[in-house]
Amino acid sequence: MNDNSTEKPAAQQVATNVEELERRSRTAARLFDVRRIIGGLFVVYGVLVTLAGVFASDEDLKKAQDININLWTGLAMLLLGLGFLLWLRLSPTIPPPAPEDEE
Amino acid sequence: MLHLAEGLRLPTNGLDYTLLGIYFAVVLGIGFAARRSVKTSLDFFLSGRSLPAWITGLAFVAANLGATEILGMAANGAQYGVYTVHWYWIGAIPAMVFLGLVMMPFYYGSKVRSVPEFLLHRFGPSSHLLSSIIFAVSSVLIAGVNLYALALVLKALLGWELWISIVVAGFFVLAYITLGGLSSAIYTEVLQFFVILAALIPLTVVGLKRVGGWGGISDTLSGEKGGAFMTAWDGTGIGSANPLGANWLTIVLGLGFVMSFGYWTTNFAEVQRALSAKNLSAAKRTPLIAAFPKIFIPAVVVIPGLIALVMEPTLGKHEDGLQYNDAIPVLMRDLLPNGVLGIAVTGLLAAFMAGMAANISSFNTVFTNDIWAAYLKKDQPDEYYVRTARWVTVVGVLIGMGTAFIASSFSNIMNYLQTLFSFFNVPLFVVFIIGMFWKKTTPAAGFWGLLSGTAGAMVNYFWFYKHGVIDIPSDQGANFVSSIVAFVLGAAVMVVVTLFTRSKPVEELAGLVYGTRSPGAEEPPGEGDDAWYRRPALLGWGAVILAALCYIPFSF
Repeated sequence: MNDNSTEKPAAQQVATNVEELERRSRTAARLFDVRRIIGGLFVVYGVLVTLAGVFASDEDLKKAQDININLWTGLAMLLLGLGFLLWLRLSPTIPPPAPEDEE
Repeated sequence: MLHLAEGLRLPTNGLDYTLLGIYFAVVLGIGFAARRSVKTSLDFFLSGRSLPAWITGLAFVAANLGATEILGMAANGAQYGVYTVHWYWIGAIPAMVFLGLVMMPFYYGSKVRSVPEFLLHRFGPSSHLLSSIIFAVSSVLIAGVNLYALALVLKALLGWELWISIVVAGFFVLAYITLGGLSSAIYTEVLQFFVILAALIPLTVVGLKRVGGWGGISDTLSGEKGGAFMTAWDGTGIGSANPLGANWLTIVLGLGFVMSFGYWTTNFAEVQRALSAKNLSAAKRTPLIAAFPKIFIPAVVVIPGLIALVMEPTLGKHEDGLQYNDAIPVLMRDLLPNGVLGIAVTGLLAAFMAGMAANISSFNTVFTNDIWAAYLKKDQPDEYYVRTARWVTVVGVLIGMGTAFIASSFSNIMNYLQTLFSFFNVPLFVVFIIGMFWKKTTPAAGFWGLLSGTAGAMVNYFWFYKHGVIDIPSDQGANFVSSIVAFVLGAAVMVVVTLFTRSKPVEELAGLVYGTRSPGAEEPPGEGDDAWYRRPALLGWGAVILAALCYIPFSF
């Protein structure tokens, strides 16, 4: 177990390395906002499933114990999707200032 | 591992496949869109440590909410009844809160990029390399098990051939992780979280109506299985028999303490989500935000398991009939019309892929960062490691696909393997907890504690339990005992080794052991982080109290 000898410099080097990488990182500036994706997908899903609920057959209704489950699920998904888009609208992501973007 | 019966084929139509197709397209789109945010290896491995807490929190719970977990916990619900809530309220919440409040300052503040890297700082290279290798091997194999389970489920539900599912799902995971790294894994997990809820909530609502609500379930099952089946603690006295094969002591110590703390606090596939948060406050809040959905998940997983048992009383009774694992698929088949059915299939497939992606994204980080860059190819430019990580992802997924094909001929062995891997977390947890709270613990103690704990758990499971040396009524009960063995043995070895070897000088342990402060912990809190509803202590204790309150209706 000769773990001790080079330990401190190695650990410190890792920490400074991460700080340096954090400075050069581009995720914060360039990664799109996931709320747009959730909102978009759920609006599309919501519309499709709601339509399936509007045109539900008697067989569909019987299968789901006389609940128009497509209609309710569709509307709930639509609402969730719109909610995310609204949230994005009300508090958009503020991209942090990119100091030296060399690309 | 998952034995799905014949006759589970779902009546899917074009609408269902459209919903599934849209999901695949969106996931691929996330990969391509996230690609432009990857500039450094930190972007690829930890999303540049820049994500807000609600995203990392939901990804944290979603990484755990894989399809094997959903189908498995519904199966436990059908098999063990309301006892299954122990996996959530005592088997998850306290550990998640402990991770957020106590351990996260050390993980995040020390700026490590992985759980093994923390061991490098606290103990040194030998325990670092050992835990990195164990973790890398087990993640790839578990990814393969996941892929195989996915293929089995899709074969039963949709009639897809095994190899088609393995290749298609493997390819999509490969594509989006290689492109966008952890960011695309996390974004997909957040998306999957909402889709799976959109599937499970309607399923539970329709199912409850079918069996006459909670009262209906309770009356039917209390009549058939006895009253204890519908309670959390009845029949768990030491020496009394219950379906779980465990008493209150093994539940509290084995499941609630060692197994759960081992899984939630040292499993890098989980901790990685918190390490990608944008600051210490967000990192602490990640598992705490995840705890709240976790408390309520049994309502849409365990209840469907009970509903399935009421609807199909033969569940799990006959070898060639419906099995406990079929609980949720049976409800999907019998209760959901096309449309919501498509959402449910998508949610299940998404959950399998997210589970696999969590393993792959943590594997590429540990392999590249802790094995390749630390011991094989040091001091290369950062771009080199981003390239390496992408290739490691490709290789990892391919090995996972290979494992899935091998697993299809050895389904029993894979079942054991998964139990086995759950043991690796417990010894790691012993090493962490002792290393964090006892500053004298020596580097040698870290290594030998890890090794002996792992070996002890294996010996208990494969020899004592499987060969009947000691008598434990069920596999679950054996898992609880193995983890207690791993914990006690690992701890004893660490104490003894520490007494005979030299500890590290105190000044090298700053920010790594309790009572010291790391340089990272001193960064000022972000704007708005001092709002009362963002205070970690409030969130954490709130979750613990809520989980305790949830027990009340099922305890008397």
